[in-house]
Amino acid sequence: MKLKRFSPLAAGLVVGALLLSACGSDNNSSTGAGTSDSASPAAAAGTCASGTLNAEGSSAQQNAIDEVIASFTSDCADATINYNPTGSGAGITQFTAGQVDFAGSDSALKAEAGEVAKAKQRCQGNDAWNLPMVTGPIAIAYNVKGVDSLVLTPEVAAKIFKGAIKTWDDPAVAALNKNTKLPSAAIKVFFRSDESGTTENFQKYLSGAAPKVWTDAPSKTWPGAGEGREKSSGVAEGVKSTADSVTYVEWSYAKDNNLGVSQIDNGAGPVQLTGEAVGKAVAAAKQAGTGNDLRLSLDYTTQEAGAYPILLVTYEVVCSKGLDAGKTALLKDFLTFFSSTQTQNSLEQVGYAPLPEQVRTKVEAAVKAIS
Amino acid sequence: MSATTAPPPGQPAGDPPASLLSGTGTSRTGDRLFAAATRGSSALVVVLVALTGAFLLWKALPALQKDDVNFLTSRVWQPAGEPPRFGIAALLWTTVLSAAFALLLAVPVSVGVALFLTHYAPRRLARPLAYLVDLLAAVPSIIYGLWGAYVLGPVIAGVDSPPRKALETVLGWVPLFEKTGVARGNVFLASVVLAIMILPIITAISREVFEQVPVANIEAALALGATRWETIRVSVLPFGRPGVISASMLGLGRALGETIAVTIILSQPSSLDRFKLSIFYGGETFASKIANNASEFSTPQKTGAYIAAGLVLFLVTFAVNAVARVFITRRGEV
Repeated sequence: MKLKRFSPLAAGLVVGALLLSACGSDNNSSTGAGTSDSASPAAAAGTCASGTLNAEGSSAQQNAIDEVIASFTSDCADATINYNPTGSGAGITQFTAGQVDFAGSDSALKAEAGEVAKAKQRCQGNDAWNLPMVTGPIAIAYNVKGVDSLVLTPEVAAKIFKGAIKTWDDPAVAALNKNTKLPSAAIKVFFRSDESGTTENFQKYLSGAAPKVWTDAPSKTWPGAGEGREKSSGVAEGVKSTADSVTYVEWSYAKDNNLGVSQIDNGAGPVQLTGEAVGKAVAAAKQAGTGNDLRLSLDYTTQEAGAYPILLVTYEVVCSKGLDAGKTALLKDFLTFFSSTQTQNSLEQVGYAPLPEQVRTKVEAAVKAIS
Repeated sequence: MSATTAPPPGQPAGDPPASLLSGTGTSRTGDRLFAAATRGSSALVVVLVALTGAFLLWKALPALQKDDVNFLTSRVWQPAGEPPRFGIAALLWTTVLSAAFALLLAVPVSVGVALFLTHYAPRRLARPLAYLVDLLAAVPSIIYGLWGAYVLGPVIAGVDSPPRKALETVLGWVPLFEKTGVARGNVFLASVVLAIMILPIITAISREVFEQVPVANIEAALALGATRWETIRVSVLPFGRPGVISASMLGLGRALGETIAVTIILSQPSSLDRFKLSIFYGGETFASKIANNASEFSTPQKTGAYIAAGLVLFLVTFAVNAVARVFITRRGEV
């Protein structure tokens, strides 16, 4: 009886809680939403081995690999692939400890940290290969009312993120944007408060392209100005909800939040962030590995016309030999599917750039050589 | 009826004592087993706490030995460097400030709610209201975090929001309320959300304690002509004080260790900025720092630095509980 009396109240509370949680999940899943319908390339020419693969690592490629796993397993019903986006460092640790079958990492295995040797041991004496698979551009995303297009050079960007340029109408910014009316408002910078490969790669670009301004050694923690927010979703939300703000964030987050994306002028004219422009920069990268180890050395100062230079490449770190036969077959099928033209092109809709053809064919050949 | 209660004539008179005896026999074994079980459980708790402490110390020591700056007084956090440099001063400050401010907000409200429920509210209203307060505890902390960051934050903690502006204008000369440029991810907002989170714990325990005030005490006060407020002041509050203090300490413990809501809410100030003591400044607590970076524990040295921070949180919580114990026993004697 008593219960009946306040049940409407309780019901109201439950509804309220549901509403709140619905708001929350909206914010989080917005990047994942809409990916399911974006692309489901029919099974590539590849075959379908059965079995289970476990992988772990970079969260930067999460949306891409989730998408690819979904379309691969819808074609190959007997295969299960699990990807746990715990971070590049954790992925490599788990891979060298033999806990997972391959790792996703934003940087290739480091010889000086002993990762190459440990990985070789894990692959029973065979080399581990770094296969560039997912190219994720980093956008300089901004929210300034009335500014639809913005051009930045590496020096000016570095000064903004260092806190040396404090207002949007600073002469240095104005000189690059003659046709845009910039407000006199203070620039509000957001950065990633968690240790992040995105932070490290963005700093690699700044210190590579503007070494005089950005003197800090690139690391996963942020040495510059601003206010730190948690993860990509945090900085994207920060910019979205704060006027006159700017951040560095994966392209997909900038797209999903409808943020302005700055054009980058590396010296050969302003370049808009597009999949094609990113591909040009990847193609301009030097190959730093030998044979089928396809680690890349990005040229951040590239003067190539139309190349967008701020990006991070996620490698799939695999054993060239040494997995058991069943897993090897599935791994090869999956990576062949991943590196196919069709799959790569489908990634642009989730905020990544397809690998340029000359790199893609090398990756495909390396996958074939896994045994 | 009487036929069933009478003993069957065929049975010997010695039977009932025998069954009783055998009953005591089993209860002796039962006693021993039960005593052993309770002893075992208590020992388990002690062992668990000791092992946790030992684990933290064991993992933290190697990193602490390599630490290039003073672990307790530095605010640098570069555990991946060679040599690593990390100190917990800023973390400790934010953790303690946010939890203490949350307690300051929550305790008066909780005591008020508990008094209302036990001494003012009509019974019909008291029950559903108590139930409602308990429901607050059932909301997952991630929900509080998201609600705090996206709904409550812009209203009370944004740069232009009225409560913040008022505090900054009136009390801005106190370093604790100094004006800052941090948009909404400040300690102020974190504390308000933490206060809401610990409210049900403190209220529930205070309510239980206030309900146990001996009726004689209350009636004595009333008989002396005390008003309701005077009755509460002279009989209810003194009786309930130890309970309220231990409830507050439980709440403080939760506020110190709260992770995900604080991680979502707090902004991290840039290392280029001058450090400010203000509650309108951002920061990181021990728990939020560890949670935020858990995915990048790539080397034992780096992991060790975070575990060292965890060790400090462990010790702080320990200290808080010890202080609470002292308070409770002292007040109890008076």
